[in-house]
Amino acid sequence: MFGWEFPPHITGGLGTACFGLTKGLVKQGVEVIFVVPKAFGDESKDGFRLVNASDVTLDFTQAWTKEHLERIQFMEIGSNLVPYLDPEEFETVVNKEVLTGIQETQSVFSKQYSFSGKYGPNLMQEVSRYALVASSIATTNTFDVIHAHDWLTYPAGIAAKKMTGKPLVVHVHATEFDRSGEHVNQPVYDIERQGMIEADLVITVSNLTRQIVIEKYGIAPEKVITVHNAVEPVDHPELSGVTKHVKEKVVTFLGRVTYQKGPDYFVEAAHKVLQRDSNVRFVMAGSGDLLNRMIRRVAKLKIATKFHFTGFLAGPEVDTMFAMSDVYVMPSVSEPFGISPLEAMRSNVPVVISKQSGVAEVLQHALKVDFWDIDALADAIYGILHYEGLSKMFIRYGKTEVDNLIWENAALNILEVYNKAVYK
Amino acid sequence: MRSICLYFQVHQPFRLRTYRFFNIGQDHHYYDDYQNRHIIRRVAEKSYLPANNLMLSLIKEFGSAFKVSYSISGTALEQLETHVPEVIRSFRQLADTGQVEFIAETYAHSLSSLGNKDEFVRQVELHASKIEELFGKRPTTFRNTELIYSDHIGEIVADMGFHTMLTEGAKHILGWKSPNYMYCNNINPKLKVLLRNFRLSDDLTFRFSNQEWSEWPLTTEKFVKWLNKIEKNEEVVNLFLDYETIGEHQWKETGIFDFFSHLPETVFSNSNFSFSTPDQLYHKLQPVSAISVPHPISWADEERDLTAWLGNELQDEAFGKLYSYEAKVRQCKDPEINRDWLYLQTSNHFYYMCTKWFSAGEVHKYFNPYGSPYEAFINYMNVLSDFMIRVDESLNVKEPSVQEAEPIPASKRKSSPVKAAVKAKKKPAKGVKKAK
Repeated sequence: MFGWEFPPHITGGLGTACFGLTKGLVKQGVEVIFVVPKAFGDESKDGFRLVNASDVTLDFTQAWTKEHLERIQFMEIGSNLVPYLDPEEFETVVNKEVLTGIQETQSVFSKQYSFSGKYGPNLMQEVSRYALVASSIATTNTFDVIHAHDWLTYPAGIAAKKMTGKPLVVHVHATEFDRSGEHVNQPVYDIERQGMIEADLVITVSNLTRQIVIEKYGIAPEKVITVHNAVEPVDHPELSGVTKHVKEKVVTFLGRVTYQKGPDYFVEAAHKVLQRDSNVRFVMAGSGDLLNRMIRRVAKLKIATKFHFTGFLAGPEVDTMFAMSDVYVMPSVSEPFGISPLEAMRSNVPVVISKQSGVAEVLQHALKVDFWDIDALADAIYGILHYEGLSKMFIRYGKTEVDNLIWENAALNILEVYNKAVYK
Repeated sequence: MRSICLYFQVHQPFRLRTYRFFNIGQDHHYYDDYQNRHIIRRVAEKSYLPANNLMLSLIKEFGSAFKVSYSISGTALEQLETHVPEVIRSFRQLADTGQVEFIAETYAHSLSSLGNKDEFVRQVELHASKIEELFGKRPTTFRNTELIYSDHIGEIVADMGFHTMLTEGAKHILGWKSPNYMYCNNINPKLKVLLRNFRLSDDLTFRFSNQEWSEWPLTTEKFVKWLNKIEKNEEVVNLFLDYETIGEHQWKETGIFDFFSHLPETVFSNSNFSFSTPDQLYHKLQPVSAISVPHPISWADEERDLTAWLGNELQDEAFGKLYSYEAKVRQCKDPEINRDWLYLQTSNHFYYMCTKWFSAGEVHKYFNPYGSPYEAFINYMNVLSDFMIRVDESLNVKEPSVQEAEPIPASKRKSSPVKAAVKAKKKPAKGVKKAK
């Protein structure tokens, strides 16, 4: 299995999902070799092997390396790219380095690569090198299926498949359309598409994403299978002491303040609710390229005394924020899955989510609205705040619903996909 | 001669429009006029009108041997009067044949029998008067919304002067007993009770067009063969159906019209059954025993209980809030408030809030205009909030002293007369919960 990150060293949902999934698979009796670009040594790895790509030595003198060079097409990519999910890095990363093609690649070939394992400016370079190392790992280990998570590892997956002939399963956690709207990064799109084409089967985290893969990447529907994400059951007993210091009800947006997450709809809905009921506070927790615009809009609407910005929250702060919230809102414009509503529900917070999120496909005890329908969004928030029956229902059924979305079940579905890929 | 009692329920609710919280206090129109008009016209065209014509022609053909009975809710009657008056005319024609019995129910097809006794009685009276006005005869038979029945409800119905009541032949109340006899109320034996034969009725309503069903296609010959299999001493087979079964739930293409048009003929030539109305059966049959129903039953779902309408937090809050205003609405003279009060009680609004069909239940989805029970609840509560404000304002203007001169509407809910009303109404609702 090729991943890019692994807890605790994660920047987005991908690492968490890979971790949960791997544990689920191990529980289903699957042996997993998980390859990450850089292992820090403190990763949790019960029951499976974590291979650090940085430890693998490539030796040019060996025959297989030459063979490998012949059989693998490197995907060289101009590197002025803004790579992955992390909002903090999303903003203004411009890479001044340019890959000079095969020559430079060869010049660093016969040594150990040190991968940063971060989503940085050298990302494209790392992706290529990771692919190279992947083929080495592929030939020195035995396995039945290659499983690659998101576009960063697709070249690695393809390389491994070319070297061994084993079936490749690519796992789409997000597409370039989710990250960038319609203005896609062509090289990233190309890698994604290439990975899906080379793959024997494609796993998507929701039917929403499946649709995108079929329609925008032109992949045959029968090759694309949805396996919904799950969550790790966690209890936060230490949070029982959290009290909020305002008497009003608190409605929370938590996530990157970017186009994809629909923060503007949250602000407009807040304005509508506040016109009717001043006994509410709204919180926007997170940062991103639209944050300043949101602050200006809140000021212009003159709701700033009831609408608060916390900036980026991490770890325990997130849990505290949930504990203080009466409603959690995720108005995402496009969300392949969206794990945060599940975390909110786990903390007994009722959620309003957009119908344009994959998680809406698996949740019943949540209010679902179209992200653009500000009236419906405002109405849903108002309903939860004012009609007691709703929060009672959500608290009664929501946590149970989330607790049942376990990785072991998702892993079972993945196992089916493996079987299909191997015995097809 | 044994009897088939063919009875049809005709009901359409006033569906609510999308009503946002910012409409509260400003906009007092609650109904989706377009949708309601569209649906009543469609159903009239596909079901009510052709089905009525079919019944008329059967009565012409077979005279007094063929009989049928209907209950038509007040909300359906009003919508028919407004949008498709020819359906009313056609029902009148049926009434004029003398072979058709019109049965009383609650005016708004409401759950008032579980919420408030006074309101229940008022609504039944209102409906009986409406039926008398339209079809010339005051009903003597009663059937409650969705066949909801309990010993206690039966007792109230008997006190109102009805002599017969229809309900579901639910397995869990019958045990080894057969539904194909006349029974009587457990508290007041004067009230005779007819029990729906759910197997044969559901063969028509649910299974008729199901090609997976081992008995598909269902012919009149096969159906009459089943009737003949019934023990010779059993007296009556009660086929209680939604009228929309003919032409709307089961489309014309399924052959449902052909089935009903050939049914009497096959019955008369191949069996010793004939058709009767509940009123006839009242005069003809003696109860074999009392039927004990301590907790309310209905004809809904496998459970035949009330959980389609009441029992989850959403339904209970909406239901409780609604009936907590009964005493106040009684004091209001405003005809629009009184009209909305009826329309808001219609059972469908609570049915839309049911959560038990999240996974299964295509039947329910088909009838539900909302994406989820939560949406249904929010919308209903928004409407109800506005309604409550109007009631309070209306009372404030007329009798400010009653409300202890409190200016804020919300605080009025706490005033004592209302509290007493809430308590009084909670009693039957508790029985409901135990029934689950």
